[in-house]
Amino acid sequence: MNARSILTIFNFEMARFWRTPWESLAAPVVSTVLYFVVFGAAIGSRIQSVEEISYGAFIVPGLIILTVLQQSLSNAANAIFMRKFVGTIYEILCAPVSFLEVVAGFVGAAALKSVIIAIVIYLTALFFVDLPLAHPVLALLLLVLTSFGFALWGFLIGIWAKDWQQLQFIPMMVITPLVFLGGAFYSTSMLPPFWAAVAKLNPVLYLVSGFRWTFFGLADVPLAASVLALAIFLALGFLAVWAIFRTGWRLRA
Amino acid sequence: MRPIIEVRDLSKTYASGTHALSGVTLDIAGGEILALLGPNGAGKTTFISITCGLVTPTGGSVSVDGHDIVRDYRAARSLIGLVPQEITLEFFETVMNTVRFSRGLFGKAPDDAYLETVLRALALWDKRDAKLRELSGGMKRRVLIAKALAHGPRILFLDEPTAGVDVNLRREMWEVVRGLKKQGVTIILTTHYLEEAEEMADRVGIIDKGRLLLVRDKTELMHEFGQKILTVELTDPVAALPAPLAGLGLDLGADGRTVRFRYDTHADRSGIARLLAEFSGHGLAVRDLSTEQTSLEEVFLRLVRDMA
Ligand SMILES: Nc1ncnc2c1ncn2[C@@H]1O[C@H](COP(=O)(O)OP(=O)(O)O)[C@@H](O)[C@H]1O
Ligand SMILES: [Mg+2]
Repeated sequence: MNARSILTIFNFEMARFWRTPWESLAAPVVSTVLYFVVFGAAIGSRIQSVEEISYGAFIVPGLIILTVLQQSLSNAANAIFMRKFVGTIYEILCAPVSFLEVVAGFVGAAALKSVIIAIVIYLTALFFVDLPLAHPVLALLLLVLTSFGFALWGFLIGIWAKDWQQLQFIPMMVITPLVFLGGAFYSTSMLPPFWAAVAKLNPVLYLVSGFRWTFFGLADVPLAASVLALAIFLALGFLAVWAIFRTGWRLRA
Repeated sequence: MRPIIEVRDLSKTYASGTHALSGVTLDIAGGEILALLGPNGAGKTTFISITCGLVTPTGGSVSVDGHDIVRDYRAARSLIGLVPQEITLEFFETVMNTVRFSRGLFGKAPDDAYLETVLRALALWDKRDAKLRELSGGMKRRVLIAKALAHGPRILFLDEPTAGVDVNLRREMWEVVRGLKKQGVTIILTTHYLEEAEEMADRVGIIDKGRLLLVRDKTELMHEFGQKILTVELTDPVAALPAPLAGLGLDLGADGRTVRFRYDTHADRSGIARLLAEFSGHGLAVRDLSTEQTSLEEVFLRLVRDMA
């Protein structure tokens, strides 16, 4: 283990984030506010409440997960892809560090950025709605693990992608639909039974549901199922990273 | 003394099927400057990339100060600094930050005093707060050297440090390399200029089509290959050269007019003055003279022919 190398990569990536704090934070906050306006105000005025919770508050955990997924994925993917694209990855490949240390640095930074953005969104939401947070410690834990898991997958996408199209493909074509259909804006109890069953095939639903539980104590699926889904997701990510670590796939010719 | 780098039967076949290296065996001594000379596509970058950890070998081994580059990569890579062939930099970073990053990446404790000496030696200290994209091409290349030196390596690889670089900058680069050698750094550089190998190296390795054709002491090699050919054109054709001239190793052309003389540019006396004196002594009038250098291509052709 070479903590100094990990920290060097981590700090470099975080410096990028803090160098342009407005760009880093303003974009996710503005889009969250837009969601509030569109879903909370426009639709929320018709839906009123979901299982006793105001619709505006109900969508907050989903919105946070939505943003965290997109940010973790794209931050980690872009960071490593850019280095491949520009060529500066040579420096990392010839350094006396293992692939796992490289992953720790990049993924750690991407995850922390997402957690910071999530907290800022939460604070923004407090201006708009009454928002109870029943289990803050568990909420933070799930948030951190979700951020880390998606940053890990983002990193893998960044390594896999050979061009910009591929880099955009999975986030656009897979993740975004899964998130929108993953119960960020509705509860499966609002769906007909058939569609509720279909929705439960979506892994993102489990993440949203578990996170929402930490706010309101209610969920679409049992909390244990959410935790299990998250664990499987992380385990698969680590497995893929391990395989790349063993083979040097797409990094070393 | 054990060589600092031992290369044994090293081969690389890329996934595309290209045999970039075939059975390269080579010892590099600590403190020497080795120039790897070869045309484009010879496999120079592949050799460097394997040793530095960018490319996985398909056969053979490399060890650096006794550490295998695959099994014991941490120890091996800590000793090496790499200046890549292409200029690749984080263009929005400052000079100082980017060398700090390189040092940290190698797990070394921050040491701005050391980095200052590196930047000063490369005439970059005044530019330490400049953004990389604001620098000239020559400065960017020096930044790459500074990054490679940031962790205090004992071995420095310079992949075509002077390709596409103007004459002044080339001399500047040579000065930098000589300075590093004085500090005891082992330097492996690649080039396709014979002149550069001649100027810089202690030893020269010639590589072509993935094979290391020879590794020779520089002076020896230049002696062997650093020849010029003097062509003398006579005013009047002769049937044969006068007997006393026969011992000089001259070649008379079929036309009876052109005489070719091979001489060593590195010898104390080229023998040209003596030759011309002999010519006039024997009443041979000279109409024209021209010389040509043995080119790298000729060296290759001769080597390849000799090996066949
Ligand atoms: N990543 C790669 N994939 C496939 N072929 C490569 C790769 N890198 C280099 N080659 C090929 O290997 C040969 C040697 O290339 P290289 O080591 O770059 O030579 P040099 O540095 O001497 O110009 C060339 O034929 C080149 O096209
Ligand atoms: Mg090359």
